[in-house]
Amino acid sequence: MDVRDKLTVLADAAKYDASCASSGSKTTRPGSTIGSTEGMGICHSYTPDGRCVSLLKILLTNYCIYDCQYCVNRISSDTPRARFTVDEVVSLTMEFYKRNYIEGLFLSSGIIQTSDYTMEQLIAVAKKLRTEQRYGGYIHLKTIPNASQSLIEEAGLWADRLSVNIELPTEGDLYKLAPEKKKPQIEGAMAGIRNKIDETKQEQKAGFKPPRFTPAGQSTQMIVGATDTPDVEVLKTASQLYSLQNLRRVYYSAYSPIPHADARLPGQSPPLVREHRLYQADWLIRFYGFDASEIVAEADQNLSLDIDPKLAWSLANRHYFPVDVNKASREELLRVPGIGARNVKRILNIRRFQSLASGDMKKLRVAWNRAKFFVLTADHNPALLNLDKLDLRAKAKPKTKQLLLFDAASSALSGEV
Amino acid sequence: MQSIHVDTFDDWRDAARRLLASGVSPTDVQWIGGAERSLFDDAPSPTAAEHGGRGTTPSVPKAFLELARYVACHRESGRWSLLYRTLWRLTHGERHLLQVTTDDDVHQLMQMRKGVSRDIHKMKAFVRFRKLETGGAEEQFVAWHRPDHRIVRLAAPFFARRFGGMHWSILTPDESVTWDQTSLHYGPGVPASEAPNQDALEDLWKAYYASIFNPARVKVAAMKREMPVRHWPTLPEATLIDDLLRQAPARADAMIQTNEGFAETAAHFMPERGDLVSLRLAAANCRACPLHQCATQTVFGEGSPSARIVLVGEQPGDREDIQGHPFVGPAGKLLDEALKHAGIERREVYITNVVKHFKFKETETPRGKRRLHQKPDSREIYACRPWLEAELAAIGPQVIVCLGATAAQALFGRDFAITKDRGNVMRTDWCDITIATWHPAAILRMQDASRQTQMRTQLVEDLTSVK
Repeated sequence: MDVRDKLTVLADAAKYDASCASSGSKTTRPGSTIGSTEGMGICHSYTPDGRCVSLLKILLTNYCIYDCQYCVNRISSDTPRARFTVDEVVSLTMEFYKRNYIEGLFLSSGIIQTSDYTMEQLIAVAKKLRTEQRYGGYIHLKTIPNASQSLIEEAGLWADRLSVNIELPTEGDLYKLAPEKKKPQIEGAMAGIRNKIDETKQEQKAGFKPPRFTPAGQSTQMIVGATDTPDVEVLKTASQLYSLQNLRRVYYSAYSPIPHADARLPGQSPPLVREHRLYQADWLIRFYGFDASEIVAEADQNLSLDIDPKLAWSLANRHYFPVDVNKASREELLRVPGIGARNVKRILNIRRFQSLASGDMKKLRVAWNRAKFFVLTADHNPALLNLDKLDLRAKAKPKTKQLLLFDAASSALSGEV
Repeated sequence: MQSIHVDTFDDWRDAARRLLASGVSPTDVQWIGGAERSLFDDAPSPTAAEHGGRGTTPSVPKAFLELARYVACHRESGRWSLLYRTLWRLTHGERHLLQVTTDDDVHQLMQMRKGVSRDIHKMKAFVRFRKLETGGAEEQFVAWHRPDHRIVRLAAPFFARRFGGMHWSILTPDESVTWDQTSLHYGPGVPASEAPNQDALEDLWKAYYASIFNPARVKVAAMKREMPVRHWPTLPEATLIDDLLRQAPARADAMIQTNEGFAETAAHFMPERGDLVSLRLAAANCRACPLHQCATQTVFGEGSPSARIVLVGEQPGDREDIQGHPFVGPAGKLLDEALKHAGIERREVYITNVVKHFKFKETETPRGKRRLHQKPDSREIYACRPWLEAELAAIGPQVIVCLGATAAQALFGRDFAITKDRGNVMRTDWCDITIATWHPAAILRMQDASRQTQMRTQLVEDLTSVK
C-alpha cells in the first residue's frame, strides 16, 4: 500500500474526530526552524461539510484491538485497514506544513499490540518532528486509553495539546457501548495530565524553567446521540470536566452513521443541530456564567432544537427581564439573548461616555431581533411590550429553519442548504 | 481646500502630523490616494512640508495608530480622509472616541479594519506554496495569492516567523515579497501566469481533503462563507468540491445502509424469567449471530444453580456440539483431572462458555471431513455475552474462573493479557474474585512437554487458590 492509499484510509478513519483547534500555545517552541504557534489558529481549508481543515488529522493505524460499538475502527468492523510508519507521518506533516496546507498535526491511533506500545509510537512521531525536523508547529496527540502515566507525561513534552477522550457522557453509556473503557481510568489519565500542567506552572511561577508541557492544555471528545442520555447529563459531565480537570475544550461529536454500524446504535444520526446547541450551551457555561442544570429548560432534559439555549433560558426566566443596557451589570448583560460577550464589553465601554439607544444596539450588530424583547434602552423600545405575551417564543424564534442531516445531504446537489 | 497625495500609511502619517500641527481642519483637506490620481496629478500639490511644523503634535492614542496602520491597507478610497477626520476629533476634545464604536466614523473604521484583518487571516490560510524544481540544494517555495487589500507587508512577517528555515516568495498582483532566511525583500506585483503551476504534493493533499470530508454532513453555504469562492483558483483542493458534492448523497446513503453488525444480540432472546431453566430453554432458540446455522445445538452452561465457583470457557468444541454438554471432550477430561487435583467436585461448580455455539471450519482430510475449531470473533462474543451475564446473575457466584484468553477478555476487556495476569485475583462487575487461567485446550495444544507440564501445574494451582 503506498502512502496515498494509506492516507485515504487513515484520514477517512479520523474524520469523526471533532477537534480542529490549533490554538492555545502562546509562543513558538524555541529553536524551531519550520513552524510556529502564536495564539490564534488558522483554518487552511474548508470541506463541503462546512468544517475546516486546519490540521493533518490522521490515525497512525486503524487496526484496533478494542471493540467500541460506536467506532468504525473497532476490531469487529471489516473496514479497510492500514498503518503508517513513524517516518511517513513525520514526512507528510513536514511536507504539508511547508506548503502551508496545514496548521499542524492531530495524531490519533487505534490500539495495536498494547496501549503502551501504541502510545510509544505516537510519541516517536512527535519527538522526531521536534528534535530531528526542528518543527515548531502545532501537535495534538490523542492519548491511548490505559497507556501508562509515564508515557503520557513524555507525550506532553512534545505535544502542544493532549486529549483523553471521555467518549460517552455517562458511565452507563460507556458500559453499554465501550465496555473496555472505564470512566475512572479515563478521568485518572486526565487528572494525571492536569497535575503535570499545574506542576509545570508552579515551577514557572517559582522562577524555574521547566520543560514545556502541553502548553495548549488538554481537551476531550464526547459522542452524542449514540445513546439516549439527555443533554442535561452531557452538559453536567462537561462542566465537571471543565472544573475538575481544567480542560480547555470539550468537543461534542454527533454520532454519525458510520459504515458497518452496530445494529444496537440508532439507525440515523440525530440532527446536527443538536451538536450545535450543545456547543452553544457549552459556551454559556464557560463564558457566560450559566450553570449546566439551569440551561436545559425542556421537560425531556434536552436542549430545544428550534431556539438557542440562551433564548430558551430567557423565555423560561422572564422575571429576570427587562435588563437595562445602560445600567445593568456585566453578568446581567451576558444573560440577554442576542448579545454576545464581545458586545457586552463594548456596551460597558460605550456607556461610560454616552447612553445607548436601540439604534446603537443595531449598530453593534447584536442580534436585535432576539435582544429587543428583553432590554431597556435609552429610547422607547416597543418590542418590550411582548415580554409577558404567550407568543413570545414564536416571535423571538429565528425565521430560518435549520435543516436536518438528511435534508442537507439531499440538497447537496443544488449546493443550497 | 488643499489636496494631499498619499500612497502608504507612512505618507499619510507624515502628512497628517503636519496638518494637525498647523491646525488644518479635516474639511479643508482633500486626500488623494495612489489609485485615484486625477488629470491634475501633474500639478504639484501643496505637501505637508509647505505647511511647516508649527507647534507640537498632540499625543494620539496608541490604539489609533494601530488601527490606522490596518485601515491604510484598505482599498476604500475614503480611508485617508476618514482617518484624518477621526484623528482630528480625537485630538479636539473626543479623546475617548475609539471606545464609542457606535459612532459613525469609528464604526466605519472598525469595519474597514475588520475587512483588512480578515483578508490577512485569509492570506495566512490560503497561500499555497509550490516547490520549485530547481535542482539546487536549497528548497525554493513560491506562492501566488490575490488578497482583497494591500496587505502584503502586514502579513509577510508572519510567514517569515513561520517558515524561517525556508526560501520562499509570495507573489500578489500589487506587490511581491521574498524571504531568504534572513530578511524580507519587497518587489513589484506579479501576474498569476508567472507563478509555478504545480507541485507533486498536491495529489496527496487532494487525497487527504477528499478523505477528511464527511459526506453525511453537507453545508455548502458554511464552506463558502469561510472559504470565499474568489480564492478557489489558487487552492488545489477546490477543484474537487463539485465531485465531492455530487457523490455525497450516494456516499451518505451507503454509510447508512451498510450494516455489518448483527441485527440482534442474545438480549433479544431473553426470557421473562431469569432462572437457569428458563434461560437454557430460551438459549436453545437463539439466532442472534450466524453461528447457530452450522452448529448442531446450543450448548448451555451446566452445574449447580447455587455454585460457589463458575468456570467460563471459550466455546463448545466438536464433541460438545454433538453431545450438547460443555467440557465433555479431551479438554473436558483434562479439566476434570485438574479439578480433582485441586480438590474441587465438578458437580459443585457451574461450567459454561462465553459463546454457546460451536464455530468451526470444515476441512477435507485423508480420513474424511473434520470440523476444525475456529476462534469466535468479537462480534460473536458480543452477541452471545448476554447469556453469560444472565447465567452469572442467576447464580451470583463468589468466584469466577476464566479459562483462556477469550473468556478473560470477555470479562476483563481486550487489554487483558493472559500471560501477564494469569492467576491474579481481580474484581470485575460480576464478581469480586475473578481470575483467569489457562484453557485446558491450550495446554493440550502445547507442543513443548515441559511447558505443558508447567501449564498443567499452574492450572491446578490457580484452581486450588480459589477453592
